[in-house]
Amino acid sequence: MSKGIYIHIPFCLRKCPYCDFYSVEYNMGTAKKYVNAICSDIMQYKDKNIDVDTIYFGGGTPSVLMAYQIGRIVYTIKKCFNVTEPEITIEANPSSASYEKLCRYRQAGVNRISFGVQSADNSQLGFLGRLHDFDTAAEAVYDASRAGFDNISCDIMLGLKDQTIESLNETIDKITTLPIQHISAYMLKIEDGTPFDNDLVRNSVADEDLLSEMYLNTVERLASSGFEQYEISNFAKDKRYSKHNLKYWQGEEYLGFGAAAHSYFNGIRYCYEKDLYKYIENTKGSKILLESNPDKTEEYIMLSLRLKSGISLDKVSKLGGQALADDIKSKAKLYQDKGLVQIDSDVISLTPQGFLLSNSIIAEFLEKTDEKC
Amino acid sequence: MNENNIRNFCIVAHIDHGKSTLADRILEQTSTVELREMEDQLLDNMDIERERGITIKARAVRLNYHADNGEDYVFNLIDTPGHVDFNYEVSRSLAACEGAILVVDASQGIEAQTLANTYLAIEHDLEILPVVNKIDLPSADAERACNEIENVIGIPAMDAPRVSAKMGTNVHEVLERVITDIPAPKGDDNAPLKALIFDSYYDQYKGVIIYVRVKEGHLKAGDTIKLMATGAEFQTVEVGYMGAKDLVPVGELHAGEVGYIAASIKDIGDTRVGDTVTTTDNPCAEALPGYKKVNPMVFSGIYPVDGAKYPDLRDALEKLMLNDASLSFEPETSIALGFGFRCGFLGLLHMEIIQERLEREYNLDLITTAPSVIYKVNLTDGSTVYIDNPTNYPDPALVASAEEPMVTAHILTPSDYVGNIMELCQDRRGVFKDMKYLDETRVDLHYELPLNEIVYDFFDALKSRTKGYASFDYEMLGYAPSKLVKLDILLNGEVVDALSFIVHTDKAYARGRRIAEKLKENIPRQLFEVPIQAAIGGKIIARETVKAMRKDVLAKCYGGDITRKKKLLEKQKEGKKRMRQLGSVEVPQEAFMSVLKLD
Repeated sequence: MSKGIYIHIPFCLRKCPYCDFYSVEYNMGTAKKYVNAICSDIMQYKDKNIDVDTIYFGGGTPSVLMAYQIGRIVYTIKKCFNVTEPEITIEANPSSASYEKLCRYRQAGVNRISFGVQSADNSQLGFLGRLHDFDTAAEAVYDASRAGFDNISCDIMLGLKDQTIESLNETIDKITTLPIQHISAYMLKIEDGTPFDNDLVRNSVADEDLLSEMYLNTVERLASSGFEQYEISNFAKDKRYSKHNLKYWQGEEYLGFGAAAHSYFNGIRYCYEKDLYKYIENTKGSKILLESNPDKTEEYIMLSLRLKSGISLDKVSKLGGQALADDIKSKAKLYQDKGLVQIDSDVISLTPQGFLLSNSIIAEFLEKTDEKC
Repeated sequence: MNENNIRNFCIVAHIDHGKSTLADRILEQTSTVELREMEDQLLDNMDIERERGITIKARAVRLNYHADNGEDYVFNLIDTPGHVDFNYEVSRSLAACEGAILVVDASQGIEAQTLANTYLAIEHDLEILPVVNKIDLPSADAERACNEIENVIGIPAMDAPRVSAKMGTNVHEVLERVITDIPAPKGDDNAPLKALIFDSYYDQYKGVIIYVRVKEGHLKAGDTIKLMATGAEFQTVEVGYMGAKDLVPVGELHAGEVGYIAASIKDIGDTRVGDTVTTTDNPCAEALPGYKKVNPMVFSGIYPVDGAKYPDLRDALEKLMLNDASLSFEPETSIALGFGFRCGFLGLLHMEIIQERLEREYNLDLITTAPSVIYKVNLTDGSTVYIDNPTNYPDPALVASAEEPMVTAHILTPSDYVGNIMELCQDRRGVFKDMKYLDETRVDLHYELPLNEIVYDFFDALKSRTKGYASFDYEMLGYAPSKLVKLDILLNGEVVDALSFIVHTDKAYARGRRIAEKLKENIPRQLFEVPIQAAIGGKIIARETVKAMRKDVLAKCYGGDITRKKKLLEKQKEGKKRMRQLGSVEVPQEAFMSVLKLD
């Protein structure tokens, strides 16, 4: 099975107040050293005959890098791995993506781009601390399309301050008229330790009930515009799913490069420390082993239920035994009556209502019957 | 040691009057404990005792005292609990003594438990040595305290030692007075052995250790002893006395002495507290009277949160019973909670302590059901049944009449709070009997109250209405006719047997509603809506709803970092361990606890 490659670019022009991914302020000199470190890290895999079919630049803001730096990393990957017909994605900030830059990305082989649009309401964008307004974002999408991208994704966010169902619908309608094929719609979550982590913000954003309503509304409205839900927060037109992200959810392997990047390789889960200077200094030394023998049953259920395609009871029984499969099936029947779960012969999947409660449902499914009497 | 130079005594007092502190000072001044080893509440060696500042278990220790008259004495000091629930512990220790030091706080005067414990001591024919403590406090009024002792209890107290156990003031005088005021034991050392078992515990190396007071005769290692009630015989391996920190072996135990016997006894059931120990070679003619068996008054079901821990719970209860004869238990099954035990306690504090000891000392997570008293139910067929478990309450159609246990209660309080207390007692269906002024500012209120009204939270309510100044004691009075109903709690339409309880008709509605509210607060939102109902017979009298959970999702799972999702899952699994699955509803342990405390 071909593997995926993830490159973490931990630089931003400005850190968004809700984000808790690892990133630091962009500095040209550091970025140069960092790209060098990533390339030499990749070089270790040369001649190991590893097949790769997806590459993903995530961040941070990968689009702060010079186009040639992205090109160099892609080139290094192609030199070291057997890369065939790859999906190559880059996350981009609408304000740092000029038409010219977008053309250079295309030339470097990047064929999928994901814009952090978030909202069509400029005051909501201001609340999120974004540097762009909606017109800039729309322009960036058109530029990308003009530059030859035919696989464009936009992020939108639910639960913002002053956001109503109406203004959310407006955002959805505006974004779905752009030439895009994919949407990621996230419910805002206030993470501990971020600038948003205070009562003022907590009290101004949507409560649980409104957020749930927004989510269900979004799923429905996107469907009516031709965007099919395939994961909790992801929607695609014409099955233009994110192949790379699917690898995470389908339990396939991937190699991560760069500070804070995670890998699942040869059955082992590990990551690099959240310290790009350490990564530059001593790449190997910043590696952290997470799990040498992950529980395959647990991972299968936990990750597959994020997907609309759900879990196969046959596979559950092969991985975790018939008793577990039977237990899940009987619980699923109960949840089906409550509209949380869909059962289609061997396949169990969550409905949008079920997705909203997926943590609890997954925990229920994984609670082995023999643990209680 | 000549019997004339032995003194066996205990200390009785109301809680917080300084009993354990006085014991600490006595240990110090008799050099039983080196100063560097001294710690507060030395005899209270259970964590719970130290944290709560109370004595639960009686403890014995031997002291050597060189008196002012030039002679050497052996004192056996037995520390006793103060709370009413532990009266049985007090009685046990009293039977091993000839005298009792009565400690009264100079700033508080006589309190309810002072009275109860002193009367207990007088009942056992003990000589009482009153001591007025805490004279260092600015609010101390030793004169008034002595007056109260004379007027309320009726024993002479004008020459009572005035001490400050905290500062060590006049503790020497107490020691001297022990010699002059408390009689020496009288027992024939050459008679056949007759020793009273007043405590026992299990030691993993030596087997059961029994604490005895030798009334007559003597005993040495190697002698074969016989426990008269059970008839069991054992070869004595070691005898000795109780040092402050360790057991100290000696050659022989003689008449009048307090000590221990180790005889490789494996089964604690053989050593009943109150039994008489004699020797097989030269047995005594008849056993000592022993103790009145204490009857549990409060019952409650105890269940492991994790059903698989049932055998562990049984082991733990058996071990606790070894040194707490008042604890009783038998297996019971609940539809909701599975296998557990119906346990009998002397009171609510006793119940709390046992539960806490099980959780701490035996590392168990428990669910306790609402405490119940024993109701007497007269059936239409003329028979009478006693019900200590609400689950067994007969069908109302079969009940001719019902009776509930009553107590006679004394509440000692500053007169300012009389109004508040009367209101509380009224609310708890109390019947006012009389009121006596102890002095100008303090009052003894006498009420008759249903026991089931005080087993919940009466003591807490009393304390909060009197800023902690009132003290309270009660004794059983007997049964009185009552109008009782069984109140059921339904979760998701199903009766949860473990939440049922018996209540007076007039209180049923209010309590049912309060419990439903409490459960709503304590049951977390679930995947679907959970109705909570309170019902009498088939009639719903209260309803609350736990709304369905709306959102529990990790929206972002990206960059291959699935550790966060896994951590979340682990946390959820942990949380589930503290929950009980009742039908399709998950109920946390706290929900069961919360219905015990409704105020």
